[in-house]
Amino acid sequence: MADPEIKSYAPHHESQSAAVTESRPAKAVLMIVTFAFLGIFLLLPLIVVFNEAFAKGLSAYTEALTNPDTRSAIHLTLLVAAISVPLNVVFGISAAWAIAKFEFKGKAFLTTLIDLPFSVSPVISGLVYVLLFGAQGLLGAWLKAHGIVILFAVPGIVLATIFVTFPFVARELIPLMQEQGNGDEEAALSLGANGWQAFWYVTLPNVKWGLLYGVLLCNARAMGEFGAVSVVSGHIRGLTNTMPLHVEILYNEYNAAAAFAVASLLAGLALVTLVLKTLLEMRYGAELAATRGH
Amino acid sequence: MTTAPAKAGWRFRQPSVIPGFGLTLGFSLAYLTLIILIPLSGLVWRSAALGWADFWAIATDRRTINALEISFGTAFIAAAVNVVFGTIVAWVLVRYNFPGRRIVDAMVDLPFALPTAVAGIALTTLYAPNGWLGSLLAPLGIKVAYTPLGIVIALIFIGLPFVVRTVQPIMEEIDKEVEEVAATLGANRFQTIARVLLPGLAPAIVTGFALAFARGVGEYGSVIFIAGNLPYKSEIAPLLIVIRLEEYNYAAATAIAAIMLALSFVMLLVINLVQTWSRKRYG
Repeated sequence: MADPEIKSYAPHHESQSAAVTESRPAKAVLMIVTFAFLGIFLLLPLIVVFNEAFAKGLSAYTEALTNPDTRSAIHLTLLVAAISVPLNVVFGISAAWAIAKFEFKGKAFLTTLIDLPFSVSPVISGLVYVLLFGAQGLLGAWLKAHGIVILFAVPGIVLATIFVTFPFVARELIPLMQEQGNGDEEAALSLGANGWQAFWYVTLPNVKWGLLYGVLLCNARAMGEFGAVSVVSGHIRGLTNTMPLHVEILYNEYNAAAAFAVASLLAGLALVTLVLKTLLEMRYGAELAATRGH
Repeated sequence: MTTAPAKAGWRFRQPSVIPGFGLTLGFSLAYLTLIILIPLSGLVWRSAALGWADFWAIATDRRTINALEISFGTAFIAAAVNVVFGTIVAWVLVRYNFPGRRIVDAMVDLPFALPTAVAGIALTTLYAPNGWLGSLLAPLGIKVAYTPLGIVIALIFIGLPFVVRTVQPIMEEIDKEVEEVAATLGANRFQTIARVLLPGLAPAIVTGFALAFARGVGEYGSVIFIAGNLPYKSEIAPLLIVIRLEEYNYAAATAIAAIMLALSFVMLLVINLVQTWSRKRYG
């Protein structure tokens, strides 16, 4: 906003406002480019998912979703998310507490390390576990001797999912808690609260929306992860197939309608995630961490 | 507070009345080490154990080189396209008011939220020769699905929010007075944007490019469906890793992964330098 006093000295209001915004035709062109680009690259793929899912009618759709293999894929996806998301929440809170509430050497380096999984290809995230736990892996022989199965089974899928969703909660909470400072906790402690009470009754309510935001993104990625899980899963139908992997199998079997039916559930999850995320940003934008994006 | 500050010496952390430092830092480090650091160092250790001759043979294999070229090349093109259109999208979202702006803004995050496999099959269906867009492009002689162009399309989808979400907050912070000054000094709108606004946005644009590029290089799920996956032609590096793994060729998978990681780090380093330079220059 320009200072009104200065503005009153401007000889031509009209020409000035024209100079700080684009001409009408330029504006129109930019808007059309934006809508065309987003329409083609974002909206059309989304429409295709639902269009193809219902291409063979509602009964084919429900049949695809009630198929035993599909149901076991849904169960596995929910199970994996139910294990990996809470673990990353505990880690995120713990890391944010250590990093935001204290000053210590190597803090910046630790923060960088937490972001590391985002710069690693999902395939490599899966590969590292194969190298560790696979038959030719570092621990492979030992695991086999003790009858412990990690790879091509649920534990491997959970580990790979934890790896790729590792930073979500932490990177949401760290800047938020840093911004809020230590004042509230110090007040609580001086009033006789112990550390746990200060966390539970002071810190947690302060960061709850940021935490929910992080959980939302973490969960979306956990349920939708493909590359990393694909490498460690072994693709055993009905046993180690998550929903995204099941989509791939159905699609490669030329069963497009069923593939898109399962995909429509995942797309629905993505839409719900986006709606909740937008609502959180609208309602609690000021309370959420300023640093968004991934 | 009666904390006696130690006068001399190195101190790991500043004193604080808040408890829980040992517990939270200890747990965080243990979890980080177990989940991320040990597995990743396993990769480094395995590729180091390969020996130089073996490593070189895999690295200079025609198929490896082509896959890396395709991955880095398509990711570069897609990131460049996203820089242009992402900046326009961000500008429209920040500066213009139109009905449904909030919804359009929310939609930009779709690629973050939509599982990559879903994006992959949707884009393939869209651009296949009989698909909605593919059938429009086919008469023009443009083949998208099952060609490197398809890879670029998938990576544009994946990378778009990185550019928009990096540039958008910086655009929101632009002081309108700067533009008014430029206009009063006789600059036309184009000059104001090109000479005044864009230099200020450059660091954010470079960062957005780097994030989209890095993500594109490693992307797997959305690409493998649309790429066609022809060796030497449309086979991306992450897919080659998977193929080598399925052949139980751990050595080759490890070597390609190590090369990808190293190249990505070099790239991010270079981009970091460019960013520091442009920040110094345009402050």
